Amino acid sequence: MSLVSRSYRGARAAAGPLLYLGATHRAALGETVAIDVPGRPALRGQVIDAGEEVTVIQVLEETLGLPPARATLTLTGEAATVAVGRELLGRIFNGVGHPIDGLPAPVGESIRPIWGAPMNPVRRVSPADFIETGVSSIDGMNTLVRGQKLPVFSGPGLPALELAAQIVEGARAPRGEPFAVVFVAIGITARETQTFLERFEKSGAMERSVLYLNEARDPTIERLLAPRVALAQAEFLAFEAGIHVLVVVADITHYCEALREIATAREEIPGRRGYPGYMYTDLASIFERAGILHGHDGSVTQLPILTMPDDDITHPIPDLTGYITEGQVVLSRDLHRRGVFPPVDVLPSLSRLMSAGIGRGKTAPEHREWSNQLYALYTQGREARLMATIVGETGLAAADRRALKFAERFENEFLGQGTYRRTIHETIELGWKLLETVPREDLLRISDATWAARRQAGGGSPP
Amino acid sequence: MTDRGSSATTGGSAAPEIRRGEDETPRLSAAPGATAASSRAHITRVSGALAEAGPMPEASLYELVRVGERQLLGEVIRIAGDTATIQVYEDTTGLRVGEAVSLTGSALTIELGPGLLGATLDGVGRPLRRIAEETGDFIQPGATARTLDASRRWKFEAVVRPGDRVSAGDVLGTVEERPGIVHRIMVPPDQGGAVARVRSGPFTIDEPFGELADGTPLRLAHRWPVRSVRPVARRLRSHQPFLTGQRIFDLLFPVAEGGAVVVPGGFGTGKTVIEQSLAKFAAADIVVYVGCGERGNEMAEVLNEFPRLTDPATGRPVIDRTVLVVNTSNMPVAARETSVFLGIAIAEYYRDMGYRVAVMADSLSRWAEALREIGARLQEMPGEEGYPTYLGNRLGKLFERAGRAEVAGRPPRTGAVTFVAAISPPGGDFSEPVTQAALRVASALWALDPALAHQRQFPAVDWETSYTLAAEQTAAWFTGNVGKDWGELRRDTLVLLQRDRELRDIAALIGPEALQDRDRLVLEAARVTREVVLGQSAYDPNDERSPIEKTHRLASLAQALYRAGLDALDRGVPFQELDVAAARHALMALRGAAADRMEELAAAARQAIDDLGRRKAAA
Repeated sequence: MSLVSRSYRGARAAAGPLLYLGATHRAALGETVAIDVPGRPALRGQVIDAGEEVTVIQVLEETLGLPPARATLTLTGEAATVAVGRELLGRIFNGVGHPIDGLPAPVGESIRPIWGAPMNPVRRVSPADFIETGVSSIDGMNTLVRGQKLPVFSGPGLPALELAAQIVEGARAPRGEPFAVVFVAIGITARETQTFLERFEKSGAMERSVLYLNEARDPTIERLLAPRVALAQAEFLAFEAGIHVLVVVADITHYCEALREIATAREEIPGRRGYPGYMYTDLASIFERAGILHGHDGSVTQLPILTMPDDDITHPIPDLTGYITEGQVVLSRDLHRRGVFPPVDVLPSLSRLMSAGIGRGKTAPEHREWSNQLYALYTQGREARLMATIVGETGLAAADRRALKFAERFENEFLGQGTYRRTIHETIELGWKLLETVPREDLLRISDATWAARRQAGGGSPP
Repeated sequence: MTDRGSSATTGGSAAPEIRRGEDETPRLSAAPGATAASSRAHITRVSGALAEAGPMPEASLYELVRVGERQLLGEVIRIAGDTATIQVYEDTTGLRVGEAVSLTGSALTIELGPGLLGATLDGVGRPLRRIAEETGDFIQPGATARTLDASRRWKFEAVVRPGDRVSAGDVLGTVEERPGIVHRIMVPPDQGGAVARVRSGPFTIDEPFGELADGTPLRLAHRWPVRSVRPVARRLRSHQPFLTGQRIFDLLFPVAEGGAVVVPGGFGTGKTVIEQSLAKFAAADIVVYVGCGERGNEMAEVLNEFPRLTDPATGRPVIDRTVLVVNTSNMPVAARETSVFLGIAIAEYYRDMGYRVAVMADSLSRWAEALREIGARLQEMPGEEGYPTYLGNRLGKLFERAGRAEVAGRPPRTGAVTFVAAISPPGGDFSEPVTQAALRVASALWALDPALAHQRQFPAVDWETSYTLAAEQTAAWFTGNVGKDWGELRRDTLVLLQRDRELRDIAALIGPEALQDRDRLVLEAARVTREVVLGQSAYDPNDERSPIEKTHRLASLAQALYRAGLDALDRGVPFQELDVAAARHALMALRGAAADRMEELAAAARQAIDDLGRRKAAA
């Protein structure tokens, strides 16, 4: 596109984050607009509707106190870009990529558009490498693999950030390859940011991390940019610098609320619960930026965190997210109340790419059967618990009583690991130990071959 | 989807020549061959996936247009005065007011001919591999890759001779498209006449292999507008089931070839796994898999896995019978809407050759959302949940393109298009408009249930909600080809599951120990049925595909177990002494048995069932 910039004095109208500009010359969709008002720092905007008569500009910063008639708007002819590079590691930026750690702005190794193009599906590599997070409920039951997008579905007051921090500190690349973290805070509180930062500093994770912080007090509109700015950096690290990148985004719910706010300002027809009808597509343009490409060493793995309003998993935010991401890790208020950390409810949790990342040479040969059996028995135990509240524990069938006992131990010992980091082998061994508390005939999902192998390896109770 | 080299349709129009690199020229009216009116046509507005352009008084609805300096593909969807509203199939970022727009004179078409099998196309028919050669790892707008490979020569064997009179659908000759797969070259639906010249030999898709008396060249490929239904001679009722290789569908909810199934399910209920299992194992000659607004990694998995998998019916790689249409969730929305039509048009083309084609669309909700998104930008008055009021109508038209038919032309042949559409209802709530509209036109419902998925009961098909309208229609085939008792087996299984549900409700209130022995046996037998017959692991190489004989055998044994249990109870053996666990174990082993151990393990299971009430007696 041609790079001639054009300046105009005075916007015709303003509403929320939007400015309406009269006749412009060849405005392009998505081009960056510089907004200058005498006596104020320059603002940035973006053309979201280009027309011969009216051009709509979305201001990407706080519009409080902006006098539209006195502003000079310059259409730059360029799409929004951001500086990316390895030198950004260890640094802290705001949602639009300006440094907030007191250091000068980075020059960067490259300048990238923040609205990333979609990966060509035929250039994608199918994710299949296990990431050991050190968390049993994830490694054992809902395995995370490289290039996956696996969100944490949390509820208000549940320790999602603590779990994310534990994963960031504990995550290991299988062969010790270069590894980096890109953390994006969207609309979270200063206290939450502080907690996260302190853990980062203490664990030494900071030097291999880039942080983009948009706190609750920062402009709403920046929330829409922050994940994209961060992903431009993540993509550079992964596909140019050959680094395995884990992107943690907290909290997607704030992002979606910002999206709704902007859509309302644009007087769009709302979809479910007032969220715009294109929210699925919009979220996909973030989540689908996870992946691995042929011919590149690095990868982008995403661990977005979202808060389910009122713990409702059918709310549009978790619902649409679940349809895009490759599974979900769901936190449980009930487990949290009982002091189980991390309080992961494994039943509604799922990792769609688990099968590709587990098994012989990756985790354990029997991993699939083992986890199926744990799931089956735990499900039975949970159902038995429900039934016991009606008929009493003594009214249960013997197998159900055994499953109930198993479920208690599974929750307290397997799920409730606290902050201790378990290797995958410790996780598998612990799972076996719990399975062996019930007789062989209760273990229908374990094949004879697997059972025999287990017995030979020295485990297993006598028949 | 380029007009390069396809002089038959798009290239023949009076579209002005606008090349890249001329973008700094303020006016394009100097372009040779352009009419004054169309050369002035320029973008007046861009918003999201829509562009408005004018003046274009000669535009027609659904005409394909080239938008802007990068010549993005678009389609006219509304005309008001001489302003056209265009939905653009590519990323519109950077599109500028004032850039030129040109008409192509034709609707969105797909090039049909040899070379489709094994291809991976985007929503408007461009091969993604060639797009990657043009624009790299990330998709940039403006790629011009053509659907079929014009450089490849195919060995054509003519079956008609000069002087023969041919009409639409007649087979002119054949090409071996993939090893063992014959691609019949047919007279396109709108042509016919006496054959003037024809010759066998190697041809590219652009080189005529013959000519009709009126001078119409005969080629291996032709273009077809994707939104138009390909004509057939006669629609037929089908009695042949569409065998899926999944026990729960084949046994309880079979569909006929040419049927249309909806598979709604909340996230994590396994829609995609089911669609992929069908694509891999269903008894179809050709499979068209449409990934519509879904995940990129899933498509990577398909692309990685399908070439390695073998089609059990032919022993050839599954990819050889597959056409993939891929428009992931982050690719342009307008092309998501067309991708489903594109897939159906390709399916109809292979049906016309006389093949049994299956179309898997994952997911139709994303298609409907694309309609909604475009509709909202057009400021149409929305219907239920913001979907356009014509949603049901469009869905109906789509589903009606499935069917079994006697196709047009000679030699006489029949073909079928079976349509399996996944739906992603918000919140897993089936009362939403897309599911409901689809149910009105579908011949079967395979409803997925999150509760079953949480219990890791896969496929997580809710046998109480699901139904089929084709059970009667296909019954004769099953009794004739699989087993005389098929009808009873199906009914008995359903009755057992129904009784189980009632009893479980009671057991939840009073505790299982309080039930009668016969009722406790029902619970146990139903559990075995759920685990062994209905449950099937997509990750177990021995069980991912269940031949219909195996389905019959497992279902029969589960019923035999139930009957043996009843007999024992009648003989006075108390329930506690029935060794159900051993029988369950033996059946589970049979479920996962390799083909060469099937007989041995079946005998063992039969023995365990016979021994059900005897252990204590022997001891």
